[in-house]
Parts: sequence; structure tokens; C-alpha cells
Amino acid sequence: MSQTSHYYNAQDLARFGQIGEFQPTLAEKFFAYYGEVFQDGALTAKEKALIALAVAHAVQCPYCIDAYTTESYSKGWSEAQMMEAVHVAAAIRGGASLVHGVQMMNRVKDIAM
Amino acid sequence: MKSLQAQHHVLADPRHQLEVLDELTSGHIPSFHDKLKQTGQWPLLADRVEILQINVGKMCNQTCKHCHVDAGPDRREIMSLETMQSCVDVVKKFRIPTVDITGGAPEMNPHFRWLVETLSPMGVHLMVRCNLTIILANKKYHDLPEFYRKHRMEVIASLPFYTSDRTDRQRGTGIFAQSIEALKMLNEVGYGHPDTGLQLHLVYNPAGAFLPPPQEQLRQEYQQVLWEQYGIRFNQLYVITNMPISRYLDYLLQTGNFERYMEQLVQAFNPLAVKGLMCRNTISVDWQGYLYDCDFNQMLGIPVIPEASRHISRFDIQTLEHRQIAVRPHCYGCTAGAGSSCGGQIV
Repeated sequence: MSQTSHYYNAQDLARFGQIGEFQPTLAEKFFAYYGEVFQDGALTAKEKALIALAVAHAVQCPYCIDAYTTESYSKGWSEAQMMEAVHVAAAIRGGASLVHGVQMMNRVKDIAM
Repeated sequence: MKSLQAQHHVLADPRHQLEVLDELTSGHIPSFHDKLKQTGQWPLLADRVEILQINVGKMCNQTCKHCHVDAGPDRREIMSLETMQSCVDVVKKFRIPTVDITGGAPEMNPHFRWLVETLSPMGVHLMVRCNLTIILANKKYHDLPEFYRKHRMEVIASLPFYTSDRTDRQRGTGIFAQSIEALKMLNEVGYGHPDTGLQLHLVYNPAGAFLPPPQEQLRQEYQQVLWEQYGIRFNQLYVITNMPISRYLDYLLQTGNFERYMEQLVQAFNPLAVKGLMCRNTISVDWQGYLYDCDFNQMLGIPVIPEASRHISRFDIQTLEHRQIAVRPHCYGCTAGAGSSCGGQIV
């Protein structure tokens, strides 16, 4: 089998289930958990899809963005709502960097005359 | 937008559509009949004929992007009165309890009202697949809600989404607003009210290359939005998967979504949906009187298997009730997820 020319291959998303080939026991446990997480619960499956979309952007997983864009749109979220979810992810990511600025400021004040 | 036929599009020929579908299943996607074999459900057999679905023609006032009929204002194929009479004779002779009238916009066939008025006194349960906007399209159709009510027809109305953007993108600009007006007219004569028994069902189908969400969750959203924003009531929501046929197939190919959509359908194959497939209790008739297992096979030109019973004039219920159903790759559309039929989700 030849090496793929790039690291991310869209076709690999459909092969996610095949990770069990190398370690079936853990894969089964993971997929059982994963399936349970996305069922209706205290949050609806529709709400969870939008959360997953935002998280997918925060962790910058192209497979997850692909999957949860389709999932969110098919469950009825609008383009504007989906983009706002991405902004929520961006705000948290940006805020997470900026809030460390306080550490930086503290340290500067420690070392500055 | 013109129909594929008016564009002289290669996909206007159902044989070419089948070539596209079959080419895929000769590669990495398993054929539908192999999939049925794997789950011990081959051959797929009918078990009764409870519904005669009559497609009275391809004429329509809309040109929806996903239409599997390739219907539109430029189509002229409509069922003659003579063929309708043959359908009525079959319903009467074999006491078929339900007739499901579809099109195009079936109301545009000039004999539509004759068909309903002839079947109604026979106690037949009548269903009509209404695109809603036809009610407002011309003054002569404004009394359709009253006509449906008089014959206690079950109205199955297309409304692909509860917002205008997705509906209009699929069905044409302004269609959502017109559909809302038509729904109000249906409500006014008693449709959708729990105490009248007049059944009004809405049909959702995805506006794009994706599968539908669960029916119950979406029904609640439709009911909430349509009631709160427009004061509209309906009885049930039918969630239907788009079939890779005709204009939707063209859309999938044009946008590069075809293979992935088919893979999604195959991955979502649900063996439990097979038992409830509509082809098992339905016979579909085309505008010329030829018989098919369903409206989709009709559009792909795949006739019922028993050769001696391929026309309404040679309708043999004994043969048809136990016939083997003809399957091709598009059948994955009816078995994906919770399953899909003209009555919505199967399981």
C-alpha cells in the first residue's frame, strides 16, 4: 500500500470505525461511550451537535469539523448559528491566551525595577 | 428553472441515471441485493397490495431542485381519463382500501377532481401529495382546501423546512411564504385540528446532500415554530430521505457530493427498515398506466418483475401481492437510518 501524500485524507473519516482493527477492546469501549454521549439526555442531540462543532474548531480537527458541520446542518442549525458557535470557540481560544497575559504581567512586575 | 427534459440533459434519460448508479455499485459500494443477502432478506417480496399510488402526471407549477420526477411547468405528460378509469376499475374490483394521488402537482391534471369524486363514494381512503403553492397558483385552485375537506382526503403537504431560506433554496423564491398562506387556508377549513379528523401531514426532506434528522425531534420543532410564528397546526411530520434520482442526482453530481452521499446511505443501512418498506404494500401506476414497485422505480423506468402484470389493464392481484420487488442502488435511500417511505420514518 502506498503512502498518502498528505496527512489529512477526507476518506479517512469514514474509516474511523476501523481503529478497532489494532485494539478492538478499547475501541469498542470508546465507541460505546461516544455513542452514549451523543444521545438525547439533559441536552438534546441537536444541542450536542452544535457543541461538538465548536469544540471541533477549538481542537482544529478537520475530520470533526467535516462530521459536525454535516450533523449540525442536518439537525436544523442555521449557517449563522453555526458560525456563532465557531466564534464562541474562537473567543474561548483567544481568551485562553489573553488570560495568561496576567501571568506575564505578574512576572514582569516581579522582575522590573 | 427548466426540467432536465427541457434542457435535453443526459440525466433526463432514466437509463443513464441507472448507468451512473450501477457504475458506483460495480466498484467499492455493495449492490443493494448483496446487502439484503447479507442480512437474510433476499429476495425482497411484497406481502399485500393495500395502496394504489397513482402518479397522474409530471406537470407542476414548481421546479424543485431535488425533484425525483423532474416535474415542472414545461412537462406535459398527464394521465388520460381512460387510464384513470382503469385505475378506478382496479380499486373497485380488488377492493384496494387506499389510493395515494401524486404528480407533479396532481391537481393540475384536468381529470384530478373526476378521479377523487369517483373514488370517494366507494369509501376509498384518499391521499393527495400537495405542494401547497398550487392552491394559490390560480383562482381555479383556491377552493382546493374545501374540495379536499368534502372528500375527507388526507393531505400530505411538502414543506422542506420551517424557515424560508432553506425552503426557498430548494423549491424556489417565495415558495415558503406561499406555502404558509396555503397551510392557513387548509387550517381554516378544519385541516390539522385534532377534533375534525381532517389529516394534514407535512413532509420534510433535506435541503442539500445530507440525511434527515430523527422525525420526532424535528416534528416538535416544526410544531413549535409554525404555531408560534404563523398560528399553523398540522398532524404529523414525515421525514423523507432524498433519493439519488433525476434532479437530485444531477445536484449530487454537479456539486461533487454523489459518491459521498451514496457512501453515507450505505453506511446508514438499517436492516430493520426493510420490513416496513412501502414497496411491500404499494403498487405505483404511471401516467400511461404502467405498474412499478414505487414512485422511484417508476421514474427510473424499472417495471414490476411479473411481465404479465405490467399495466393497469392487466392488473393481477394474485401475482402482484406475492411479487419479487425490483431493487437497485437507489433503494439504499429507503433503508438509511430510521428508514424512509412516503409515510415518513419507518422504524
